[in-house]
Amino acid sequence: MFDLLSQIFTDYTLRNVALGAAILGGVGGVLGSFATLRRQSLLGDVLAHAALPGICLAFLLSGSKVPLVLLVGGGLAGWAAALLMLTVLRYTRLPEDSALGVMLSSFFGFGIALLTFIQHSSDANQAGLDKFIFGQAATIVAADVVTMAVLGGLALALVALLYKEFKLLSFDPEYLSSLGYPTRGLGTLLTSLTVVAVMIGLQTVGVVLMAAMLIAPAAAARQWTDRLGKMVLLAAAFGASSGVIGAVLSASRENLPTGPLVVLTASVIVVVSLFFAPLRGLVWQWVREARNRKRIRLERILLDAHVLHNHGELSPQTLALRRRTSLPVALNELKQLEAQGWTKQENGRWLLAPAGHERAHRLEQEMRGLPRLEARGVVSPTAEKDGAL
Amino acid sequence: MIQPHPQPSTLDPRPSPPLEVRDLTVAYREKPVLWDVDLVVPPGQLCAIVGPNGAGKSTLIKAVLGLIPRASGTVRFFGEDLKAARSRIGYVPQRSSVDWDFPTSALDVVVMGLYGRLGWFRRPGKKEHQEALRCLEQVSMIDFAHRQISQLSGGQQQRVFLARALAQNSDLYFMDEPFAGVDAVTEEAILKVLHELKGQGKTVVVVHHDLETVRDRFDYLTLLNVQVIASGPMGEVFTPENLKAAYGERMVLSL
Repeated sequence: MFDLLSQIFTDYTLRNVALGAAILGGVGGVLGSFATLRRQSLLGDVLAHAALPGICLAFLLSGSKVPLVLLVGGGLAGWAAALLMLTVLRYTRLPEDSALGVMLSSFFGFGIALLTFIQHSSDANQAGLDKFIFGQAATIVAADVVTMAVLGGLALALVALLYKEFKLLSFDPEYLSSLGYPTRGLGTLLTSLTVVAVMIGLQTVGVVLMAAMLIAPAAAARQWTDRLGKMVLLAAAFGASSGVIGAVLSASRENLPTGPLVVLTASVIVVVSLFFAPLRGLVWQWVREARNRKRIRLERILLDAHVLHNHGELSPQTLALRRRTSLPVALNELKQLEAQGWTKQENGRWLLAPAGHERAHRLEQEMRGLPRLEARGVVSPTAEKDGAL
Repeated sequence: MIQPHPQPSTLDPRPSPPLEVRDLTVAYREKPVLWDVDLVVPPGQLCAIVGPNGAGKSTLIKAVLGLIPRASGTVRFFGEDLKAARSRIGYVPQRSSVDWDFPTSALDVVVMGLYGRLGWFRRPGKKEHQEALRCLEQVSMIDFAHRQISQLSGGQQQRVFLARALAQNSDLYFMDEPFAGVDAVTEEAILKVLHELKGQGKTVVVVHHDLETVRDRFDYLTLLNVQVIASGPMGEVFTPENLKAAYGERMVLSL
């Protein structure tokens, strides 16, 4: 792995592929953040698939396989599909998922039809167009990297310039309008920048997997932070590192495709983030919930022990009676309280420790704030008269 | 100078009203949602727009603010059109209109109220943050400034929206259901702000759903049900006949 990493600086092909994938990941991460927050991440999927007929048409019209020409063709088709999609959503009653499904499959189907037509034509130059379906990073040369860098740089510069506007557009577009900003124009611009991100990725990951590079880094980044600025930067970092790691992994062996490995790396980052990110991570949530449940259960036992201590005798027998459990369970509960430092044993008798007293008093204070239940004939668990047993 | 009315911001002897709506009609598809609405809101008033569900209350605010297209009609603010008067108009949308899981803090949301004044490309800085903190203070939310907004209660979120509008420092405010589903503390905070705004001679137009409280909280009332049923000072408009006309015969209300 480290050998390979050092090869990034020496191996010409690997360097180009890694750089291309890094640019794609970084730009995809930034624009994907906005797309997911605007609930348009699947729009990215539509416009990526829609790029295929655009690429084919660009080839048919120009007869050229210069990447920039094909990418512009793909970008234009993707852009048209995205705008068509938004228009359909605005003016018809078609639900979003239906519109999306129809649009994606019809554009992609059209693309496959064109591709097949081109492949069966006599043009010998056509070989390789199908690489845009799943991407073929190995074909990336230095000139392509420069193209990607310029396109990506432009897109990122616009995002930086209009960061404040795009932020409010994503959070509350109606309010942005009320302030006098042209919300629809800004929305179209942001979607168009997403098209640019897709164009950058077409050569590396292809039209089918490109949406993942918009969604995955953003989804992972959202797990780690509650601030948009940090989320955008983190998504860029996740995307770029997925690109580099995927490129290096695919170079480590024969016949490992770059695009899918880049996407897989990003997916691994998502899974790790979903489980282990602080605050939002599932693992910490489970741990927190389990801890809370245990704490509340112990506090409930402590309150019973406190009543017994004050009004009678605290022992496994009385606790079992009061809590309607068996003797071994009650003994175990007392031991659990002891582990918390809330109870102690002296000369074979169970007592409430000072910490237990203090905690029980505080709990009773808190429970006074809860709505009272006595009115409906339910006896409050903290009622002092319970001491009578 | 002696002022005939407690309206400090309108020393001009014949000021144009803060809001003047003429012949406003809005239609989604075939059915008109608002029909031929005429409305004049005098300055320095707390004005409630009240009507049954589907009466077009929110639509009226949105159409007036140019957020949805209107089929016909003119709207003037202080005698000017929307574009010229934009900086004098503040807006509090319905709380449910945004996704509160958005990665941002309460303070950040309030700073958004200053985006209009900042203009294109300029980023908010220290000055804007201090201004926003002042607005959060006004709605008793200063302690929550750096909270992620999904961790706020519904009432607290409503107060953040109110603070954002206060940051706009407008002369005319539109608020869409600010009292909907909020706690008592928030209700108090909103009422306090409404009275402060009135004290500063500002005009507030509020979409309100609760007939029980409307008389105590507002000075001016517009009863709406697709058309304007009645509009004027609370005492004149809040009558059983008008309410029946707006809500239908079966409306039961203890006046």
